Amino acid sequence: MTDIYEPLVKIVGKNYVSNQKEERYFYARDGGLMPAHEPDYVVLPRTTEEVQEIVKLANREKVAIVPKGAGLALTGLVIPQKGGIVLDMKRMDRILEVNEKARYVVVEGGTTQGALKSYLQKHHPDLRHSIPDSPPVATVVANVVIHGQGRLSHQYGFNSDMVSGLEVVLPTGELCRLGSCSVSSYWFSKGAPLPDLSGLFLGWFGATGIITKLGLKLYPCKKMRDVMVVLTDRAELVPDILLKLSHTEMMEDINVSAQPLPLRFKGTFWIMGYITGDSEDELEFKRQMVWGSLWDYFEKREVGLLSVSPDMKAPLMSMPSKDLTRFADVAKGGGFQYAGPITPIEKFPAFIKKLEEVAAKYQVFYASTTRLIGSGHCMMFSFSFSFNRANPDEMARAKKALDEASGFALEEGGVLWKADLDEQKMLMGKMDPNTLNLMKKIKQLLDPNGIMNPGNWEVK
Amino acid sequence: MSELKFDKTKCADCQAVACLVKCQYIDLDRNTAKQEWQKVINGEDSFVLEACTTCYACEEYCPFENHPFYLIVERQEEKGILPAPRPIVTMWINQCQPVGKFMVGKIERKALSYCYLPQFNALVKGKLFNGIASSVIFGQEFFCNAVYLHYARTSVIKERLPKVLDNINKQGIKELVCLHDECYGTFTSLAPAYGIDVPFKPIHYFEYLYERLKEYKERIRPLNIKVAYQRNCSARLAPETDHFVDDIFSLIGAERLNREYDRENGLCCAEIFRMAKGPKLADEVQRRNIDDMVRVGAEYCVFNCPACWDSLADKVARKGIKPIHMIDLCKLAIGEEQSLKLPALTVEV
Ligand SMILES: Cc1cc2nc3c(=O)[nH]c(=O)nc-3n(C[C@H](O)[C@H](O)[C@H](O)COP(=O)(O)OP(=O)(O)OC[C@H]3O[C@@H](n4cnc5c(N)ncnc54)[C@H](O)[C@@H]3O)c2cc1C
Ligand code: SF4
Ligand code: SF4
Repeated sequence: MTDIYEPLVKIVGKNYVSNQKEERYFYARDGGLMPAHEPDYVVLPRTTEEVQEIVKLANREKVAIVPKGAGLALTGLVIPQKGGIVLDMKRMDRILEVNEKARYVVVEGGTTQGALKSYLQKHHPDLRHSIPDSPPVATVVANVVIHGQGRLSHQYGFNSDMVSGLEVVLPTGELCRLGSCSVSSYWFSKGAPLPDLSGLFLGWFGATGIITKLGLKLYPCKKMRDVMVVLTDRAELVPDILLKLSHTEMMEDINVSAQPLPLRFKGTFWIMGYITGDSEDELEFKRQMVWGSLWDYFEKREVGLLSVSPDMKAPLMSMPSKDLTRFADVAKGGGFQYAGPITPIEKFPAFIKKLEEVAAKYQVFYASTTRLIGSGHCMMFSFSFSFNRANPDEMARAKKALDEASGFALEEGGVLWKADLDEQKMLMGKMDPNTLNLMKKIKQLLDPNGIMNPGNWEVK
Repeated sequence: MSELKFDKTKCADCQAVACLVKCQYIDLDRNTAKQEWQKVINGEDSFVLEACTTCYACEEYCPFENHPFYLIVERQEEKGILPAPRPIVTMWINQCQPVGKFMVGKIERKALSYCYLPQFNALVKGKLFNGIASSVIFGQEFFCNAVYLHYARTSVIKERLPKVLDNINKQGIKELVCLHDECYGTFTSLAPAYGIDVPFKPIHYFEYLYERLKEYKERIRPLNIKVAYQRNCSARLAPETDHFVDDIFSLIGAERLNREYDRENGLCCAEIFRMAKGPKLADEVQRRNIDDMVRVGAEYCVFNCPACWDSLADKVARKGIKPIHMIDLCKLAIGEEQSLKLPALTVEV
C-alpha cells in the first residue's frame, strides 16, 4: 500500500492526521465485544472539502475509509476491518441553521447530541430533538445512520424518520444533496415529494458515503415534563399495557426496564412513560388519561403505579439517561454491549424469557430496556450485558450470550439493530435474495472500489 | 413463629369501638363498626379489610392498646387480600431484602440507626450529633420492616425482624437512637405485640434531640416561626412520643399551629394510598392536608419521616411553605444549616 501520510497532512494539516501507535491502538476498538483491528491512519477533517479530498485520495489509492462519530454504537461498526483510514468526524461539529418556523436544524457530520441539546435549550427553548439515551458525546449523524431511537420515538418513529435532508460525500468524492435541499434552500424533507434517495445512506453504516450535513426535524418543547412509573410482574401483560398507554396518545416516550439488580427491580417490569405540558393542568389531564387507561389492571391488582420520590425522579428525568450509562459500567472495567432487535411488541414475553435464559446459561449480568417505536408499531428490545474488559472469559461469555440472543430474535421475526459483522451475516442469510442482490448493485454502483467501511453490508 | 397478642375480650367490653368509628377513611356508625369488627376478629370476610388504607391510625385510636391494625393486617394476609397491586408488593419485598450490604460505623454502647434511609446521611451533621455521629448502623440488615404492614405481609416482618434485632444486638449496641420514627414504633409496639424480644433500649430521636438541645441551650436563638407539623403513619405506633414535638418547639421558639389535620386527626403523607388505592385518593388527601397548612398560615412544614419528606416536600414548597426535617429545624435553632434539601428537580425538557 502506498504511504499516504504526507498527502493526508497536505489536506488537513499535520495536527489532524496520525499514523502513530497510540492513535492506531485507540481507534482499533470500541467499548463492545468485536475484535480490534488497527487503522493505518486517523484523520480529523474540518470541512466538507477536506472530506472530499480525503475520499478522492482514498479512492484513488484504494485505501479503506471508516467514518466515526463517538464509537458508541458498540458493535464494532467503526473498527477498520481492513485498516486504512478512520475518519473521526468530531471537528465537524457546527450547528449551521435552525429554522424555527419549519422546525428543523442543519448540523455538520460530527455534531454531538449533547451540543445540539444545549444549543436548542439556550437559543430555541421551544424546540427539541429526539435525543437518544447514549452518552452525550454520541453524534447526531451516526445515530440516524444506524436508525437510532430517542425520546420522541414513540410519537415520531425512528430518529432516521426525522431526517429532513442530507449532504453526502460519495465514495468517489462527489458531493450530493438529497431531499428538499437538492432543489431549494430549505431542508424540510429528506425525500417527499421527490424520489427518496436518503435510503441509500441511512442504515448503511457509512458503507455508501460520508454524511457531511444533516437536516433534522425539531418538535415542540413544552415547559414541563413528568414521568409515570407503572409496574407489573407479568411479562405477558406488558404488550397490552404498552398498547393501552400508546392508545392515550399522551406519552412522548415509553420504555420498559427489566433487570435483576438493584433488588428493587427484581421480579417486576418497570414501564416508564413521559408526559409533557405547558401547564400543571395539562400534565394532570394527561396523568389522568394515562392512569385511566390502566384502571382495570390496577383493580385486578396486576399493575401498580409507583410513587416516585424527588431523588428517584431526578435521574429518570435526565436526558440522556444517566442510569443507562451507569449500568454500562456496572461490571467495572468498561465493557458493555447490547443486541437491540427491532421487533413487534407482542414478542416481549418471549424475549424476556430468552434474556433470562441466556444470562443464566452464560453467567453474565444483564439488563434490558425496551423502547416503543411509533405508536406501538415495533419496539427496540435490548439484550444488554456489561462485562469487565480485563476478563477475557467474561467477554467471551457475553459475546456468546449476545449471539444466541440475536439468533433467537431473528427466528422470532425480529430484525437486528446496528448489527455487528456476525449479525449482518445472519441477517443477510435470511434476507430475500432479490433484496440482497439490489443491495449489492447499489453498493457496487456507489463504491466501485469497495473502500467505504469494508466488511459492512458486504454481499458476497 | 411469633403470634399477635390480641385480646378479644377487650373488644367485647368496648362500647366505643374507637378503632373503626374514628377511622378517617371508612365511614361507620358505632353499630356497624361493632358488627364489622366482630367479623374481623372472627376471621370472617369484612369490607373493612378491603377498604382499609393502612394509615395505621387505629393503633392510636384504640384506648386499650389492643392492636386493631395489626389484626387487620393479619386477616388481610390470611385472606390473600392485596392492599396494593401485587407488583408493588413484590418490589417492596425484594428491595429491602437483607443481602449483606450494610454500613456499620465505629459502634459504641449507644448508636444511631439510619434504618435503610439514605436521607440520614445528609441530616446527621453538626453539634447535635457530637460524640455519636460515627456510631451508626445503616442498611437492609437494620431495616425495621414495619413497612410491610402496608402490604399485608406480617409474615415478612415475623421472618426478618428477629434477624434485624439479632444483627443490632451483635454490634453490642445497648441503646439505639432511632432516627426513623418507624423503627421506634417497631421496637416499642410491633415487636412486643408479637412477643418478639428487643435486646436493647430504643430511644426516639425526638427525645435525643430534646436532650441535646438542652445541652446547647445558651446557643439557641428562638426561631419565631409558625409551623405545620406533618404527622406520619408510624407516629400512630408510638403516640406517646408526640409531646416531644411540643417540648422541642417550645425550646426553639417554633409555634405548632393548631390545625385541623394534626395530632389525633393528623393526615399521613398519603403516598401509600397512591400505590394502594390509586392517585385520586392520594391527591385528595394531600390537597386537604396542604390547604390546611396554608389556611393556618404555616411558614414551615416540619417533617418527622423522610418518606413523608419525599412525598410532600416538593408539594408544600410549591405552596410557598418551607419544608424542613425535624433534625434540620433543631440545627437551625442553634445556628447551623438545613442540610436535607430538595434536589434540583430535573424538569428540563
Ligand atoms: C449507554 C448507552 C445508551 C445508548 N442508548 C441509545 C438510545 O437510547 N438510542 C439509540 O439510538 N442508541 C443508543 N445507544 C447506541 C449509540 O451510542 C447511539 O446510537 C449513538 O448515537 C451512536 O453514535 P456514535 O457517534 O457513537 O456512532 P458511531 O459508533 O461512531 O458510528 C455508528 C455508525 O455510523 C457511521 N458514521 C458515523 N459518522 C458518519 C457520517 N458522518 N457519515 C456516515 N456514516 C457515519 C459509522 O461508520 C458507524 O457505522 C446507546 C449506547 C450506549 C453506550
Ligand atoms: S380494637 Fe380497641 S378500640 Fe377496637 S373494639 Fe377492640 S378494644 Fe375497642
Ligand atoms: S389503618 Fe387506618 S384506614 Fe385502616 S382501619 Fe385503621 S384507621 Fe382505618
